Amino acid sequence: MSSVAEKEQYNYDIVKFCVITGIIMGVIGTAIGTYIALELAFPWLNADIAEISFGRLRPVHTNTVIFGFGGFLLYGAGLYMVQHTSHARIRFEKLAWAAVALWLVAILCIWVTLPMGMTQSKEYHEPEWWIDLIMATSWIFMTITFLGTIAARKMSHIYVGNWFFMTMLFMVTYIFVFNGMCIPVDFTFSYSAYSGIHDAMTQWWWGHNAVGFFLTAGFIGVMYYFVPKHANRPIYSYRLSILHFWSLTFLYVWVGAHHLHYTAIPDWTLSLGAGMSIALIFPSWGGMINGMMTMSGAWDKLRTDPVMRFMVVALAFYGMSTFEGPLMGTKSVNALSHYTDWTIGHVHSGALGWNAMIAIGAMYHMITRMWNTEMWSAKLVNMHFWVHLTGAVLYITAMWGSGVLQGLMWRAFDEYGNLVYTFADSVAAMHPFYALRALGGFLVFCGFCIMLFNTLKTVGAVKAGTNEPFDVAKAA
Amino acid sequence: MSEEYKKGKGMIRGIPHDTIEQSLPILAVFVAILVAVGGIVEIVPAFYLDDSEPAVEGVRPLTPLELEGFAIYRREGCFLCHSQMIRPFRDEKERYGHFSLAVESGYDHNFVWGSKRTGPDVARLGEKYTDAWHVQHMRKPRSVVPESVMPNYVWLEETVLDTSRTAKRMQVLKSMNVPYSNDDIANFAVDIKAQAAVDDGDGEDDLRARYERKAWGSVNEGDDTIVTWTDSFEPTELNVRAFDGDASDVTELDALIAYLQQLGTHVHFEEGVDYYHDKFGQPYRK
Repeated sequence: MSSVAEKEQYNYDIVKFCVITGIIMGVIGTAIGTYIALELAFPWLNADIAEISFGRLRPVHTNTVIFGFGGFLLYGAGLYMVQHTSHARIRFEKLAWAAVALWLVAILCIWVTLPMGMTQSKEYHEPEWWIDLIMATSWIFMTITFLGTIAARKMSHIYVGNWFFMTMLFMVTYIFVFNGMCIPVDFTFSYSAYSGIHDAMTQWWWGHNAVGFFLTAGFIGVMYYFVPKHANRPIYSYRLSILHFWSLTFLYVWVGAHHLHYTAIPDWTLSLGAGMSIALIFPSWGGMINGMMTMSGAWDKLRTDPVMRFMVVALAFYGMSTFEGPLMGTKSVNALSHYTDWTIGHVHSGALGWNAMIAIGAMYHMITRMWNTEMWSAKLVNMHFWVHLTGAVLYITAMWGSGVLQGLMWRAFDEYGNLVYTFADSVAAMHPFYALRALGGFLVFCGFCIMLFNTLKTVGAVKAGTNEPFDVAKAA
Repeated sequence: MSEEYKKGKGMIRGIPHDTIEQSLPILAVFVAILVAVGGIVEIVPAFYLDDSEPAVEGVRPLTPLELEGFAIYRREGCFLCHSQMIRPFRDEKERYGHFSLAVESGYDHNFVWGSKRTGPDVARLGEKYTDAWHVQHMRKPRSVVPESVMPNYVWLEETVLDTSRTAKRMQVLKSMNVPYSNDDIANFAVDIKAQAAVDDGDGEDDLRARYERKAWGSVNEGDDTIVTWTDSFEPTELNVRAFDGDASDVTELDALIAYLQQLGTHVHFEEGVDYYHDKFGQPYRK
């Protein structure tokens, strides 16, 4: 299908808006992340200002990168994918625009309310109840649009990427609604409907499945469209995709309990969570293998195409962090890793390695197709890749080092049976790692700045008519 | 679609997957059911199994001042760096004390167990340090712990406690079975002043009478009676004093320190008693 026909058939305006907003969210989210990382290395940066103190700013970072960057990528790439794989224009376009607009409003509200200290104090679910309502409305609008577009498809089969995306839409609705159950005191404060162990279980059912569905199922869906499309190869195995789709859909839900090992939660729940965590390696690696092997016969693209490199390295990180996850989900490893920076390292190997890199790859892919142009500078795309990768690796290794060191220092006994280190000793030992982590985060931020600059230049060149048109032959 | 797919005619080991992926309703219903199973199995039973939260003597709801302190604890995001959940390991026992019991956070809406120890666990911080230490530590953490990376919380002692939401907070919690009586809610302002010792000791006895002997249990809708301990039980005494060292007004720092100083002090742990079994389901009640 020629690009001209595509332009008439598909709604690219909404996708373009999501992609540009997503990149801006990436810049802002990593900037805040870098700042709070520096606050931990150099506490004077808290500057005695309540609004920018670590405890208030940290959720602004997590919400901006997960729901800002991740959310706009999912909305954009989801709408792009569902149109292309259904050969149909978005259904209910006004609803789709409303979904995107409400999501942006929610993020803006988050930026204002969280620094003011209005928080539900549940990790990755901090925004107060009325912002929850805005986000939920947006999400339901998106679900209707997405399912409507699938229903309007011009072929008999629903594409595998859309299965994953739909699973995400459903599950995130469940967990967001049930974890968000609360009784408001006023607009600034609410109490969770659950207390103690029940609140803990519900929270980590949300917490882990926000990762499992928002950041995994949704992004796997994106991967299933963009990797084969960019490599111009068919998906490696149809059967594997079915097998890992249903097992991932069923299994991921169970593993949240591994965030609560050795706590006051009933032991049977934790054992179940640990067992399912180990089992989860199979559906996870099913997706990784299916993505990787799709590259068969197109590996040479890695030498010339930095966008392909983003996608393949993302899959490698996905494979690595889904191996690490089950490991950390077992009780004996968790006994060491829990409460330490290892958790933070693990999250960022998923977030910076897998999520960000597959997102960035998909974004570059969409930009060139939607604006029908080559990027303003191919060199800058390549530079973005190396800067991002270096930053991610620095970040992750720093947190692994500090996490394991922390865990070992806390449990060290001397020959007389006394604790070797005070807690403060372990805090002091973290300093070099925290500084290194901030450097890694800063590089990732620089990468996003490069991407934003390159994208704006590209769009500007298209507007001015000075761009190099997208070369279909070269891409194939 | 791949060649493999065409060959298999959409049958996967006898399952007509072809049918599933050609029908949006079938696919949607399967997914909607499948993703719900794990959560239902792991979360719902704990609400009904009696031994999920074994009752142990001593746990009481927070006083109005402590409740405001808890709200500040949440507002400042303290739980992001300090856990409140001690695990049953020897090093944690040495460093923090007895492992945390489920019932000890049974009144916590929301739970604040945390997931990260950038700073130490605070589940049993109560009475570990003096009020003066806390005041200095909040003003300038590095003046008492040089290695600390905690922000200076200078604004807490400069801000007079806003009590405009306290009654509403207690009402909301009461509606979720946290045992606050109508009398408790009506007297919240008096009790806050009494606990922070800005009333020259006038309200102390009433405050103690209202909160000290509250037992683990529920208040039913319409039934305003609160379960209290029998006289033979010695509850932990409430802390009543000018927590920030200044008895002239009630500041946010008063509330936060009042909250911190009661953490983990409610249950009297006895040497040699296994709190998983011996005291199982034997609440000490009237």
